[in-house]
Amino acid sequence: MNMNQYLDIFIEETRENLQNLNQSLLELEKNSDDVSILNEIFRVAHTLKGMSGTMGFSRMSNLTHTMESVLQALRNNTLKMEKSIVDLLFKCLDALEDYLESIVATSSEGSKDYSDLTDALARLIEKGTGGEETSGGSSGNSAYKTAYKTAQFELNQYEQNVVNRAAKMGYNIYRITVLLNKGCLLKSARAFVVFQTIERYSEIIKSVPKVEDIEDERFDFEFTVVVVTKESAEFLSRQINNIAEIDEVEISAVAATPDTGVAAGTAGEVADFSRKNVPGAGLFRKAEEEAAATKTTAARTRTGKTVRVDIDRLDLLMNLVSELIITKNRLEGMDEIQKSKEISSEINNLERITTNIHDAVMKVRMVPVETVFNRFPRMIRDISQELGKQIELVMTGIETELDRTVIDEIGEPLIHLLRNSADHGIEPAEARKAAGKPETGRISLSAYQSGNNVIIEVEDDGSGIDTEKIRRKVVEKGLCSEEDAKFLSQNDLVDYLFTPGFSTADKVTDISGRGVGLDVVKSKIESLSGSVSVETELGKGTRFIIRLPLTLAIYQALLVRVDCERYAIPLSNIERVIRIKPGEIQTVRKQQVILQNNVVIPIIRLDEVLGIRPKGDVPAQYTVVIARKGDKLSGLIVDGIVGQMEIVIKNLGKLLEGTKNIAGATILGDGSVVLILDINSLM
Amino acid sequence: METTAAEKYRQLITFRLDDEEYGIETKKIRHIEEMMPYTRVPGAPDYIKGVINLRGEIVPLMSIRKRFGMEEKETDENTRIIILSSDNVTAGIIVDEVIGTLQIAEDDIESLFAHDSDTAAEFVSGAGKVNNRVITILNAERFLKI
Repeated sequence: MNMNQYLDIFIEETRENLQNLNQSLLELEKNSDDVSILNEIFRVAHTLKGMSGTMGFSRMSNLTHTMESVLQALRNNTLKMEKSIVDLLFKCLDALEDYLESIVATSSEGSKDYSDLTDALARLIEKGTGGEETSGGSSGNSAYKTAYKTAQFELNQYEQNVVNRAAKMGYNIYRITVLLNKGCLLKSARAFVVFQTIERYSEIIKSVPKVEDIEDERFDFEFTVVVVTKESAEFLSRQINNIAEIDEVEISAVAATPDTGVAAGTAGEVADFSRKNVPGAGLFRKAEEEAAATKTTAARTRTGKTVRVDIDRLDLLMNLVSELIITKNRLEGMDEIQKSKEISSEINNLERITTNIHDAVMKVRMVPVETVFNRFPRMIRDISQELGKQIELVMTGIETELDRTVIDEIGEPLIHLLRNSADHGIEPAEARKAAGKPETGRISLSAYQSGNNVIIEVEDDGSGIDTEKIRRKVVEKGLCSEEDAKFLSQNDLVDYLFTPGFSTADKVTDISGRGVGLDVVKSKIESLSGSVSVETELGKGTRFIIRLPLTLAIYQALLVRVDCERYAIPLSNIERVIRIKPGEIQTVRKQQVILQNNVVIPIIRLDEVLGIRPKGDVPAQYTVVIARKGDKLSGLIVDGIVGQMEIVIKNLGKLLEGTKNIAGATILGDGSVVLILDINSLM
Repeated sequence: METTAAEKYRQLITFRLDDEEYGIETKKIRHIEEMMPYTRVPGAPDYIKGVINLRGEIVPLMSIRKRFGMEEKETDENTRIIILSSDNVTAGIIVDEVIGTLQIAEDDIESLFAHDSDTAAEFVSGAGKVNNRVITILNAERFLKI
């Protein structure tokens, strides 16, 4: 069979499962006694083993198999959970991710064996026991001595809880081993009859081998079940012996262990025991799954019905919608249409529909920031270990959505900021204690929508940024004269952090401080038409604020006129439009400014910046577009406002890519090309 | 000869700048358009006239005369834009007039050496001789770089 067609699905699903594993491991680290988390990890490892085995990735399958055995031992309490095991499991996760990356890149898992990991796991398994696997289970609580292979198993925590609860409620719990006649022809059918009989008088909570295996005839001639019943052993024995083709029946009581905190969730299932004749011997499995599901997935959001779509197809759809909007705009602009009432009302309908389609397509492209954020807890965990600091990462607003194109790009700058906070922001525990702060540092990463923007904040409660230190560095590096440096405001100083090659860290670490960083963050964010700003207070902490547009492809813009040329300015960059008299423009330190509501706003003359010959005459009034970039405002002087419209952004092509002050172009209804101003580079 | 011996002929589109005839390989040419309105791009090199709307795609428009250090010329009814495209980079060049297509044997192409120091030299890949006409063959790729 050709497996290639399944490769994409395999990759997607493995990715999801690994993410799941990552999350569960982090939870396990915090909560090592929680059996449901262990169950979830076991489930993931099992799924991965199955999938990779099917696809013929034997190394991956081997690793997950060994992991599974360790997890099984942990589940059975034959191995005690400790930190080193979690660390080892994390390393296994890394190895699995490595395999996956290799599969993505080359369609093959590569040749790395990770034998150090499998060896370490194998040593752990030796330390514990083989768990549910039929070989050598230690005696545990069972007084059951028999030569029967299938009878040698331990109940797991959950099953034991059920047993304990049932015993408390006055039920009998038996282990029943049935040996079928060797001459039995349809052994699964015979087994089925036995199951039916047992179920008539009791509830089966475990079966070895599993019910599916018995149904598929994957067993020798014997099987063992654990049942909860009101009946006596003799009675059950009699009933089973009445069935033909049965050689032996052995029944023994299962003891309840001292109650070690029965999980609240199991009470419901136990109550069901009074209900006889519940169809399906797979009940045990179902109950376990349900219990695991309710407990571990409570925190996780449920995914609805979904279809996986190639991002290229979405891009194509998006392009078509863009074309549709352009054509609609063109229709709107036609004289004939404006004359006819009937046509123009239909055009209005068309407008409404295109807007809706646009919104719908946009929504399809939206991805929750969670997909980027979810790798950060692990990262912070590793960094904090590396640095020997105690750091807690708190994430909020992970469901906030952003356009796919933005999501793909935002990870790297965020990693940078988080590392920065962990390394420079959060102080070592002693220093924090001395400063009267909790020993564990806190980094919070939050996302939320604000109008047409999504804001992502990275905040730490660390030492803050010493702006006086920046002031000294600025002079040292010759970025500003000593005289001028005295006048730099707090905000101006902080802005220097984004200058290439500027780092205030006294020592360079592996994590950050090489001075290549914040400038890269800034240019990346700006290439996404976003902005980044900083707030800091010495001793209290630092907050980086990233502002991103919701969507990149289509947005509302203001069309302005400069001389005889037209330019578009994204509405999300515009604070307001005002008119001023020439006399209101003042000059402060060679910079033209205006005063608005007590705020000094620097003036940018677009005609000069855009290389248009300035007109000699001074108009009676200036039209000023107040634009915003982060916290900063600027006034752009234009010659007129043409109007507001929905524009489809197009890039200028490879040849003109990166032209200063121009973010792209758009095509108007009349077919003419209008350039979009890049407010970020203008200001 | 700069191309492989296996290619015996080159298919060219020839055009005119003043009195000189130039050729560009057909496989690098996507369209030929009549002159159309363009939008100036501030901050772009001076030989970039601006950008045009080529059926929904934004394409830079280049003055080949400016790039060759020649005087600019008024647009007339013969002026054409040749849209060049290679490796996903597209640009239009303005020419005085498109003459037609031409097949030229590799043997009839002579490489030109940089003995002439004028600006155009770096764009030229050779000179072709056909029936007493001399055609300067241009390297399209060179136009697709700033």
